[in-house]
Amino acid sequence: MELKRFGFIAAIIVVLFSVVVLIGSSQSSPLVIIGSMIATTIAVATPLTLGALSGLYCERAGVVNIGIEGMMLAAAFFGWLASIYMNSIFGWAALPSLIGGVFFAIFTGGLFALLHAVLSITFKVDQIIGGTVINILAIGVTGFLNRQMFFEKGSIFGGNVPHAPGTLPSLAKAIDSLCNGGCGGLVNSISGSVIDQKPIALLAILLVAFTHYVLFYTRWGLRTRAVGEHPRAADTVGINVQRMRYANVIIGGLMAGLGGAYFTLESVPSFEPLMTNGRGFIALAAMIFGNWTPFGAWAAALVFGASQAMQINLQIFRESIPPQLAILQISYIVGLTPYILTMLILTGIIGKTTPPAADGVPYEK
Amino acid sequence: MTETNIILEAKGITKNFPGVLANDNVNFDLRQGEIHALLGENGAGKTTLMNIIYGLYRPDSGEMRVDGKPVIIHSAKDSIALGIGMVHQHFMLIPVFTVAENIMLGDETVKRGVLDRKGVAAKVAALSHQYGLDVDSLALVGQLPVGLQQRVEIVKTLYRDAHILILDEPTAVLTPQEADDLFRIMRELAGRGVSIIFITHKLKEVLAVADRITVMRGGHVVNTVTPAETDEPRLASMMVGRQVILTVEKGASEPKEKALEVKDFKVNSQRGLETVHGISFDVRGGEILGIAGVQGNGQTELVEALTGLRPPTGGAVRFDGQEVTGSMPRAMTEIGLAHIPEDRQRHGLVLSYTVADNMVLCDYYHPPFGVRGIIQQTALDENARRLIQAYDVRTPSPYVPVSKLSGGNQQKVIVARELSRPVKLVIANQPTRGLDVGSIEYIHSVIVKMRDNGAAVLLVSAELDEIMALSDRIAVMYRGHIVAIVNVKEATREQIGLWMAGAQAASV
Amino acid sequence: MKDKFSINVVWDWLRSAWSAMFVPILAVFTAMVVGGIIIALVGGNPFDAYLGLFQGAFGSVKALSETAVWATPYIFAGLAVAVAFKGGLFNIGAEGQLALGAVFSAWIGYALPDALGFDLPAIIHIPLAVGFGMLAGAVWGAIPGALKAYMGGHEVINTIMMNYIALNMTSFLLNGAMKDPSPTNVIARTPTIAMSARIPRLFDAEVLRVHWGFILALVVAGLVWWVLWKTKLGFEIRTVGANPDAARYAGMNVEKIVVLTMAFSGMLAGLAGSVEVTALNYRHELGFSMGYGFDAIAIALLGRTHPLGIVLAAILFGGMRNGATRMQFLTQIPTDIISVIQALVLLFVAADAIIRFIYHIRTQEERVVLTRGWGG
Repeated sequence: MELKRFGFIAAIIVVLFSVVVLIGSSQSSPLVIIGSMIATTIAVATPLTLGALSGLYCERAGVVNIGIEGMMLAAAFFGWLASIYMNSIFGWAALPSLIGGVFFAIFTGGLFALLHAVLSITFKVDQIIGGTVINILAIGVTGFLNRQMFFEKGSIFGGNVPHAPGTLPSLAKAIDSLCNGGCGGLVNSISGSVIDQKPIALLAILLVAFTHYVLFYTRWGLRTRAVGEHPRAADTVGINVQRMRYANVIIGGLMAGLGGAYFTLESVPSFEPLMTNGRGFIALAAMIFGNWTPFGAWAAALVFGASQAMQINLQIFRESIPPQLAILQISYIVGLTPYILTMLILTGIIGKTTPPAADGVPYEK
Repeated sequence: MTETNIILEAKGITKNFPGVLANDNVNFDLRQGEIHALLGENGAGKTTLMNIIYGLYRPDSGEMRVDGKPVIIHSAKDSIALGIGMVHQHFMLIPVFTVAENIMLGDETVKRGVLDRKGVAAKVAALSHQYGLDVDSLALVGQLPVGLQQRVEIVKTLYRDAHILILDEPTAVLTPQEADDLFRIMRELAGRGVSIIFITHKLKEVLAVADRITVMRGGHVVNTVTPAETDEPRLASMMVGRQVILTVEKGASEPKEKALEVKDFKVNSQRGLETVHGISFDVRGGEILGIAGVQGNGQTELVEALTGLRPPTGGAVRFDGQEVTGSMPRAMTEIGLAHIPEDRQRHGLVLSYTVADNMVLCDYYHPPFGVRGIIQQTALDENARRLIQAYDVRTPSPYVPVSKLSGGNQQKVIVARELSRPVKLVIANQPTRGLDVGSIEYIHSVIVKMRDNGAAVLLVSAELDEIMALSDRIAVMYRGHIVAIVNVKEATREQIGLWMAGAQAASV
Repeated sequence: MKDKFSINVVWDWLRSAWSAMFVPILAVFTAMVVGGIIIALVGGNPFDAYLGLFQGAFGSVKALSETAVWATPYIFAGLAVAVAFKGGLFNIGAEGQLALGAVFSAWIGYALPDALGFDLPAIIHIPLAVGFGMLAGAVWGAIPGALKAYMGGHEVINTIMMNYIALNMTSFLLNGAMKDPSPTNVIARTPTIAMSARIPRLFDAEVLRVHWGFILALVVAGLVWWVLWKTKLGFEIRTVGANPDAARYAGMNVEKIVVLTMAFSGMLAGLAGSVEVTALNYRHELGFSMGYGFDAIAIALLGRTHPLGIVLAAILFGGMRNGATRMQFLTQIPTDIISVIQALVLLFVAADAIIRFIYHIRTQEERVVLTRGWGG
C-alpha cells in the first residue's frame, strides 16, 4: 500500500484523537485519554477487521460478498443463543458456554457463506443480489427466532430472556483467573491498558498477520489470487476454480462468524435485532480502501474504529464540549462520522484501488 | 523429423455445443517431432479439438491415445501429466504476477511452508536459456511486451516437461519478423523431439513451417496434406468449400480533397501513459488509408480518440475543414462519421437488444426515430426491415436479440447501421476479425463501395493481407508513431513487415 | 402494420406474460412450503397459519382495502428499485430516500401554512407536499448516482451509507426541531399535517383506509412503463444498463444518464414516503418505514423489474404483511415469519435455477445480470 494511503489514514486518526483529547483535557490527562482511545479503537475495530478479512478471502478468490452484514448478524444471534442454551439448559459454566457460543457463531458464519457460495458459484446468481438475499434472510430469521424464542408465551424460555453467561474475559482477567490470584503484579500492570483486550480482538489482529502470510507466501494464497485474477488461466494449469472459490468463501464466512461473535459474546451480553448496524458494509469499505490487502484493510478498520471511539468518548466528556461545538453533543450527528467517512473514502480521492481482475464474475467453462 | 511413430492420436471426436456441432467425428494424429498445422477459418472447430485434447472440454464421443496407449483426459491436470502443453490464443497469464509466479502456478515448489520463489526463478532462467527463450523471472507479466509474454507461455509448458506442444493462433499478435522468430524456435524444439500442433488460419504460414497440414471446415476434417502437395488456392478452397478469390476486386481510387487531417495527435492509454506520440496523417475522400501494425502499438487509442470514445491529450483533427479535435461520439456521427468498432460486442452492439433496436442505436434521438423525446416504433420497424434486406442480414426476425446472430451477421448489423446514414468518413477497426470467409468478402466489398462513393476510409487492421488488399495508401504504426506512409503499389510485404517491427523508419 | 389488437397478438402477449410469471409464481409457492415447514418446526399449524394469512389479506372488503394500503408504498419503492436495475444500478437506498421524502412532505404538510401565515387550498398544498417529497428523494438518489458516475464510487455501499445518514438525520429532526410539541406526545414524530395537505380516502374514511394514493401508484406504474419503453430517456437508461460501452459509442452521455436514473429512482422512493405521510398516517413517525428498502428489492426482482409484475408482487407482499396480523392473532405465530418467507421468495427468484431444478423446467432465456462487481 502506498505511502499516500497510509499517510491519509494516519492523518485521520490523528485528527479524531485530537478532537477527543482537546475536549476531554479538562477532565482527564491527555495520556490517559489517548490510552483509552487506543484501547477502545482496537476493541471496536474488531468486527470491522474480521468483516474486512472475510470480504478479503471471498474477493481475492473472485466472489463479491456483500452479505457480510447478514453473516455477522446471524452469527451474533446464533452464537448467543448457543451460549445461553449451554449455560441455562445444559448447565455449563459461563466461560465454556461463551467459548461454545463462539464456535457456534463461527459455524453459523460458515453456513451462511456456504449458501452464498452455492448461489454465486454453482447457480451463478448475480453476486450482489445473492449477498442481499443473505442479508434479508439473516434479518428475517434472527428477528423471527428472537421473538419466537424469547418473547412468546409458549417459547422454550417461558417468555423471558434468561440470564446470559456474560461476556468473554479480557486479558487481565484471564491471567488473573489462570494464576488463581498469584500474579497480582502482572495483572495490575496489564489491567486497563492498551493490551488488555478481549480474546476475539486479539485473535483478529493475529488473523490479519496470518492472512497476509497465507495470501502472499503460500501455495494456497497464490492459487486463490490466481483464481480471482484470471480463473481461466488457473483452470488451464489444472487448478479447480470452483473448489478454490468455495473454500475461500467458506473461510470468509468463518471470519465473519467470529466477527459476529464479538457483538453478543464479547461486547455486550445480549442481542438486539439489527445490532450490526451497517458494520458489515463499513468493513467492505475498509477492505476496498485497504486495496484488498490484510494490513491495509486493518489500517482502514482502525480508522473507522477510531471514529466510533471518538463518538463514545465525546459522550463521556459531554459536559466539557465548548458551546461553539455543541453540535458534537448530539449523538446523531457525531454518529454520522463513520458513514460519511466511508463515502468519502470510496470516492477514491485518496487514489484508485484495484480489485482482483475477475472479482464478481462467475466462472464458466 | 519424419519418424513415423504416432505420438498422439484422436479418433472419432465429436463435440456438441448448444446449437453448434463443433467437432463432427474428427480424426487427427501427430507424429513424433513433427510440426503439424491445423488450418481452418474461424469457427471450423480447430480450437475446440485442441481444447478437448488439452482437457478443457470433454468430447461427447471418441477416444484418444498418447504413445499408443488409450487415455482419458478429464482436465488440464491430466494432459499436463501426459506431457501435453498448450499456448492459448489469448494468453493464460496473470498480469499482476511475476513470470516465475505464472510459471509455477499449479506446480508450485514450497520450501519450509513458503513458496520457493528463488528456486523457481533459477530453474526458469536455466530452462529459458537452454532453449533460447530468455525471460526475466522477476518481471511482472503485465508489463512485458506481447512477444515476451508468448515466450513465458512456451517456457511454462517446458517447465512441466511437455513434449507435445499445442500453439493456438500464435502469430495473431506478432509482427512478421517476430513470427519468423517463433518459427525458428518451433523448428528448434521439433529438432529436440518436441512434437508441435499449430493452429492457424493463415495460408502462408502453414506452407512456410508445417510438415503436415490438416484442414478443417464446419467441424470435420477435409484432408491432411503436406506443403509439397498443395498451394494457397487449393488450401483456401479446402478451407471454405468453394473457389475463393484471394484478392479484392478494386478499381483505381479517385481521391478528392483532404477529408480527415490529423496533426501531432497525442493520446493516453487507459492507465494514463502516452500511447500515441504526436502522429500526423490525412485521408482524402475516395481513398482508403490502411494503418498497418501489430495490435498494441496505439491503434486502439488512436481510433478511440478520433471517434470520441477517449479524449486526446494533444494535437488537432480537422474534418472537411472543420475543427473536430476531441469531439464526442454524437458530434462525430452528426458530421458524417461511420465507426465500425474493434470490439463489436462491447462497443458496437447491445447484445440483449433486438436487431431492430441495434439498428437505431446511434440515431434513436432524432427524427424519424425519435420525435419530441418519444420513440417512433413504426419508423424503427420499417428501418429494420429495409436494412435487413439491403444488407442480407441472416436473422429469423427483426425482433430477435442480436446475441443470437452469428459473428458475421452481427458485423453486418453494425455495418448496415453505420453506412445507412449519409457518410463522409468511415473508420473501420479490425472489421473482419473472427469472421468467416463469406462475411469477410462481403465487408471488404462494402468498404470498397464506400470509397468509390467518395467517402474517406481509414482502415485499421492487424491482418497485413487485408491492409494490402484493400488500401490505396498504407501507414505503418509502431509504438505510437507512424514510421512510414507509402502508396500500396510502392511497398512490399517484407518492407512493411520491417516497419511493423520497428526496423528502419522511412522518411515520412 | 397488422391490426395491433387482433386476437393473436393478445394471445401471444398472454403467453409471454405467463412464461415470465411462471417461475416467480413457483418461487412464491416453494417459499411458502418451506415457510410452512418452519412454522411446523416451531410447533404451529401451517394450514391454520396460511388460512389466517389469506383471510387477513383478501378475505373481506376491509382486508382488501388494507392490502391496497400496504401495497401502495411497495409499488412506488419497487418501481424505484426496478428503474435503477434497468439502468444497471443497484439502489439499496430506497429506505433512506423514502424516509427523507416522508419527512419533507410532513414538513410542508404541517409547517408551511404557519410559516406563510395563511391557509393553502388543497389543490396547491397536496402537490406541493408530495412534490417536495419527490424532490428530496430525487436529490438523495442523485448524490450516490453522481458519486458513481463521476468518481467511480460504487452505489451499493454509498446508498447503504446514505440510508444510515438519512436515519440519523430523521432521528435528529424528529426528536428535536420537528417533534410533535403536544403535551401528550413522548415519541419521535411530527405533528399532524394540515387538512389541506391530505390525500383523500377512496371511500368512507371511517370504514376503509384505502386512499387515492393507491390509484396514483397504479397510474405511476403505467407511467414508468411508458417512460422506460416508449421514450428517448427510457431507451438511454436501458442502454446504459445493458452496455455502458455501447451507450457511449452510441453518443449517449453515460454519466448524466446514471445520475438521472438514480434521481428518477430516488424520486419514486421519495414518492412512496410522501404518499404514506399525506394519504395514510398524516404525519411522520420515526421508523414507520423500517425494512421497506429490502422489501422493495424483493418486489422488484419478483416482478422481474417490469411495472406490471411489480404491481402484482407489491399486492402479494402487501397482502402477506397485512394478513400476518390476523395470522398472529389466530395462531400466535409471530409476524416475523413473513420476513423469513419473503427472504425465501427472494432467494428462489434470484436463484431461479433452483426452482427449475426442483420442478424440472428447461432453462430458457439468458440469465439476468444486473451488476458488475466493483470495477467502475
